[in-house]
Amino acid sequence: MSVAVTHEPKTSLVVPAPVGEPAPLPLALRPLAGPPALLLEDVSKRFVLGRKKKPVVAIERVSLRVERGQIYGVLGANGSGKSTLIRLVSTLLTLDRGRAEIFGHDVEREEMAVKRLINRVSVDAAFFKKLSPYENLAFAARLYGLDPAIARRETARILERLGIGERRMGQPIEQMSRGMQQKVAIARALLTSPTLLLLDEPTTGLDPRSKLDVQAFVEELRATHDATIVLTTHDMAEADRLCDRIAILDGGRVVAEDTPAGLKARVAREHGLAPTLDNVFLAYTGRSLDEDVDEDDQEKNG
Amino acid sequence: MTAVTRETGAAFAFVERNFNLSRRYWGWELAFLVYAIAGALAISFIGAEQGDQRLTFSLVIGAIFWNYLSTVFSFIAETIAWERWEGTLEYTMMAPVRRASQLLGSTSYALLYGLVHTTVILVVLTLFFELDLSQANFVTAAGIMAIGSFSIVGIGIMAAILPLLYVERGAQMTFVIQSCLLVVSGVYYSVEVLPEWMQVLARLSPATYILDGVRRGLLDGATLADVWYDIWPLAIMGAVLIPSGLWLFGRAERYAKRTGKLKRVG
Repeated sequence: MSVAVTHEPKTSLVVPAPVGEPAPLPLALRPLAGPPALLLEDVSKRFVLGRKKKPVVAIERVSLRVERGQIYGVLGANGSGKSTLIRLVSTLLTLDRGRAEIFGHDVEREEMAVKRLINRVSVDAAFFKKLSPYENLAFAARLYGLDPAIARRETARILERLGIGERRMGQPIEQMSRGMQQKVAIARALLTSPTLLLLDEPTTGLDPRSKLDVQAFVEELRATHDATIVLTTHDMAEADRLCDRIAILDGGRVVAEDTPAGLKARVAREHGLAPTLDNVFLAYTGRSLDEDVDEDDQEKNG
Repeated sequence: MTAVTRETGAAFAFVERNFNLSRRYWGWELAFLVYAIAGALAISFIGAEQGDQRLTFSLVIGAIFWNYLSTVFSFIAETIAWERWEGTLEYTMMAPVRRASQLLGSTSYALLYGLVHTTVILVVLTLFFELDLSQANFVTAAGIMAIGSFSIVGIGIMAAILPLLYVERGAQMTFVIQSCLLVVSGVYYSVEVLPEWMQVLARLSPATYILDGVRRGLLDGATLADVWYDIWPLAIMGAVLIPSGLWLFGRAERYAKRTGKLKRVG
């Protein structure tokens, strides 16, 4: 299902090509130079939950290569290892096995260099809820060594672009809707100009309007910033719309990896199914994401 | 931007953020301050009831300086616990900031906060009790507090490890440590009244030396030279506890990353 953006942003970050000159190629299609934005080789991670319990395998021998400028989607059911993968790349977990590099920097040995290149937006907007967006973003700016005056201007500009006016910037974040909080989280990540942006289910739980706003903004980022984006999502339409390549995780393993078009063609050719990402997911994991969401709802409802 | 400038800026980020949090939670700050003043007054009135000026002054000193030490300790020890409750721990831990800078920022704000808090209580108690300060040596009291703060900071950093390792019980454990320090450090009584095994613990607590030195300075007018026996243990504790605390914090962070304990819970 294709989704249309229902409203135009007041201002745009997209810089149009000068008249008479060819439009620049999307970053994902430009010639490659330098090391990949993200390289995972044979990465594994398991968690020990107790002496008598079997360790839980979260990530099992995953290898991925994300080129600079790509939006790389990671699709998977709940518990498939998507967030663990993001945490491993974010230096929040250590690797049990394998190697992870960001722009040629080893995640374990060059942790500080890696931290300067990345930022992450998680499914929960992680803020001091009593503080205002400006106070939270000022804290982030100082942590990342940004000039406070420039950070203040940039904060206002990004939040304005995301539809959050100057008036809201001084109010506690707890007074904002979840959609607005998530936009502030995205603004905080962008403020630090990460070269690798990790979006961990950024639209999960958002209302349709907020979801579309965030998706439009991610598209705009691709067009205007030299940023690589790794996006985990439950939303097939979102993955189809935004991602240059997609990896499907199941039980901590990558069970399929290709462009969205490549995956759909494969499922039609090899499984005789209609070429949709839902069928790709069903074919490679043996279940649909709807089942997963239903189970999740049942667990929540007791 | 040099590394020193960047790390100083990062340390200031924690000072500024904690100041903003105090401002936003001003209602709670006021409530805590009223409770601290009420507690200090309640203890000090025991001395007034006895009609013993020296006992009253001794209790006032205990109440005021324990408030400072416990405030500084809990502020540092709860650095990690706060972030866990708010859900910001992962975001802070993945920022390009050295842990020493983070703890320096948290510690600096804790010391400032403790000083302001304690000054208010000091003013209120001075108004309630006519304290004879003619013999008091304020230089000794200030010197002992300055030296003693290092060891309290060191213990605070070590206690901050607990919420890192134990997702829920860590904060409870730091509270227990603080309670133990209160009992064994001679805050309101002489450590000589404690059972022998508790006196051993008293000798390991920096608060014991801080309170003894401050009392001797303010009650008896002792000079820094006179309280040398309080200063050298504090100097050694400060020199050992801060580097040890930072080292242990690094080890604990590594363990938390290996076992997945940085993840938000609750």
